[in-house]
Amino acid sequence: MSDTATTKRSRRASMGPYGSVGKIVGELDDRLGVAKGGRIFLDKIFPDHWSFMLGEISLYSFVVLLATGIFLSLYYVPSTHQVIYHGSYAPLDGQWVSEAFRSTVNISFDVRGGLLVRQMHHWAADIFTGSIVVHMARIFFTGAFRKPRELNWTIGLLMLILAIFEGFIGYSLPDDLISGTGLRIGYSIAESIPFVGSYLVTFLWGGPFPGTGIIIPRFFIIHVLIIPLVLLGLLSAHLGLLVRQKHTQFRGEGRTEENVVGSPMFPTFMAKTTGFLLMVTAATALLGAFAQINPIWQFGSYDASKISYAVQPDWYMGWLDGALRIMPSWEFMNFGHTIPFEVFLPAVVFPGLIFTICFMWPALERRVTGDNELHNLLDRPRDRPKRTAAGAAMFALLFTLFAASSTDVLANFFKVSLNATLWFFRIAVIAIPIIVGLVTYQLCKEMQGVHGIGKRKRPVVVHRSADGEYSTTPAEPRPDDVHSELDPEPVPVRIDIEPLSNGGATVPESSPTGVRQVTR
Amino acid sequence: MSDTDRQPSRTRVPMPVAAMSDPHMGDAARHPARVEKLIVLVFVLAIVFIALFGAAYWQNWSDWILGGTIGAGLLLLGFGLTAWGKYLMPQGPFVEDRHPLASTPEERDAMSAALVERSAVVVKRRKMLGGLFATGAGIFGIVAIFPLLRSLGPVPGTSLDVTGWRRGMVLVDSDGRPVTRDTLVPGGIMTVYPRDTVIVNAGPQPLITDQGQAIDQTVLIRISDQDYTTQPGRETWGPAGYIAYSKLCTHLGCPVGLYEQLLELLVCPCHQSMFNVRNGAVPEFGPAPRPLPQLALMFNQDGHLAAQAPYDQPVGPGFWERS
Ligand code: FES
Repeated sequence: MSDTATTKRSRRASMGPYGSVGKIVGELDDRLGVAKGGRIFLDKIFPDHWSFMLGEISLYSFVVLLATGIFLSLYYVPSTHQVIYHGSYAPLDGQWVSEAFRSTVNISFDVRGGLLVRQMHHWAADIFTGSIVVHMARIFFTGAFRKPRELNWTIGLLMLILAIFEGFIGYSLPDDLISGTGLRIGYSIAESIPFVGSYLVTFLWGGPFPGTGIIIPRFFIIHVLIIPLVLLGLLSAHLGLLVRQKHTQFRGEGRTEENVVGSPMFPTFMAKTTGFLLMVTAATALLGAFAQINPIWQFGSYDASKISYAVQPDWYMGWLDGALRIMPSWEFMNFGHTIPFEVFLPAVVFPGLIFTICFMWPALERRVTGDNELHNLLDRPRDRPKRTAAGAAMFALLFTLFAASSTDVLANFFKVSLNATLWFFRIAVIAIPIIVGLVTYQLCKEMQGVHGIGKRKRPVVVHRSADGEYSTTPAEPRPDDVHSELDPEPVPVRIDIEPLSNGGATVPESSPTGVRQVTR
Repeated sequence: MSDTDRQPSRTRVPMPVAAMSDPHMGDAARHPARVEKLIVLVFVLAIVFIALFGAAYWQNWSDWILGGTIGAGLLLLGFGLTAWGKYLMPQGPFVEDRHPLASTPEERDAMSAALVERSAVVVKRRKMLGGLFATGAGIFGIVAIFPLLRSLGPVPGTSLDVTGWRRGMVLVDSDGRPVTRDTLVPGGIMTVYPRDTVIVNAGPQPLITDQGQAIDQTVLIRISDQDYTTQPGRETWGPAGYIAYSKLCTHLGCPVGLYEQLLELLVCPCHQSMFNVRNGAVPEFGPAPRPLPQLALMFNQDGHLAAQAPYDQPVGPGFWERS
């Protein structure tokens, strides 16, 4: 007994003052030299603002996508081979379905927890794309894309495009009636490209639609390997750049272009962000549990000659669908050739244009403003009325198109003719962005003019003198409102959890450098 | 060795210490006991839910219970951890200096000099080698694309122009039954396929080939009980009022699956293109640019409805080679 106690103690003693952690750090440092950089990493400062969480949502929904995707890939069969369904979903019993569809129905009904994971995967995909868009809106409106961060803006855009493709392809994999229709539409859009369209589709599909059954296995490997791999690479570059260039921050107490003010990586940010990862996962789990999404067994296996009423793509495709709907039927047919402008313009040229503008924006803005400085402090959107107006107009355009993707539903709901709805949207798609842009511009200008906007109002203290006279004086400014400088200082290594008896901030005896005394 | 012996050997790095009363700590950290109790409660609940998930999984309960328990468990766990970080850990404001990323002008020049000067010696003086290497690499780049792309599938050729319909091909429904004079009453509608594409004895139900479903699908309408002419030149195409159109929307190839019987319009549910069946399926509304191709029909000697000829044009959406 005492022998083991002694050896334990002596072993512990031989490890040095920081025990096994110190030993591991030592061994690692001998080989990799991690101690110095590691310490800097632990002390890395993260500025706090709620809008900085948007990117984290994307990151964490991507983690959920990887985890649930691995689960699904163990059961999914990427084949359009027709088989007869015999499983626990009775209404389909004895029917011809494709193997891809059968395996997806099996995941939903016969794999334990399968339906939950499937729905989590789909919800996480929608959240992933959505949060990327919102995150990019934040980046755009606050000017976080400006020099030196243009490259990260480009990487983010690439990831958004990949996410959209990944979502569309994943949506197609179950080979159900609705996704099959979406795939058919995707095929026809690619086919509409002049010169190369028909080659593109016969190469990809292995022949005219629906091809030789090769598309589902191809989409599968693109969906589970190729795009995720590229996304992972881009993601690493995105985060690497973020660490190297450090965060942007909003203006505020003691914040300058030359510093970062916030809380440290370890333990504060790590705790908060890990908690956030768990909460994002929880959100997808709860959605997957209580909000049904894509019940493919109700749609049935894909049959190209069948269609269900009210076909709707996933939301991030809605704007393209809307553009396709309101486009006039202009087809060029001459000289033995056809250019289906009614498809090519809204579904290929238009999104190409939108994304080109997005890619070019940092360079465009640099050129227009002549501003070639480095920027680490964020803009308030109202301080850049033109940019804010342009962004608002862009979103207005996309939202209008999105709304236009349900012309039939709207016409039905409001009991107006489909024709009236169509023309409403054709006009709206031009008018609404212009109006929104102008109104935004005016609002920004007005807000700039208002004194003290964005700051909390200082209370006014009313005095009543002994004679009954009233006088007013403004109260003391709030601590956040006064200008102050903050000096860089090291993040504390140790936290004493004993509350001190005198309540105030003091310098503990054991501390060599001491705690900064701050009085606010 | 005792604890007291060990103490001096600890390499004391001069480092700052935060107390719970430090201004860097969240406000709640001044009264950590209350916050801690709350977080304890949250964590305990989280553990209960996560354990419940395990039990639910073990018992194979339904998916909404699985999702509900794990969702609640992770939500509480995450919430507790975030609260711990937010209230009981140092919040800042801590300040970190940004060190400029840019190097000094000398370092920049040294880099540029290395690039320019070295290449001046090695590349510029050996133009021939450089040119040949660049040519080789360039040609490799181009030829490498061939197998990557061209092996994927066949060139389109005329494959986009043809369907399974040819002279004498009998129209059958999805069960493989041919259509006779009395199959439809005037006003009736059905989807038909070439007889070749319906495999009847493969299983309990007939199986229609992908080709038949995706390309050859045709909608058959009986519009009257007289021979019906949709357009001049198509006088013989509608025997006994039976007319047939390709079911592939000319917009994006959705099946034109809805029929407005009163207006005699075929409606595509994808983007609401409407085709007037009386005048040759000319689009009356929506983005579809062309009428649906019409299939010329006849009755064969068995009294079955058959195609007189293939479609006179490619079916479905437009593409560059379509003339
Ligand atoms: S596919 Fe028929 S209207 Fe678009």
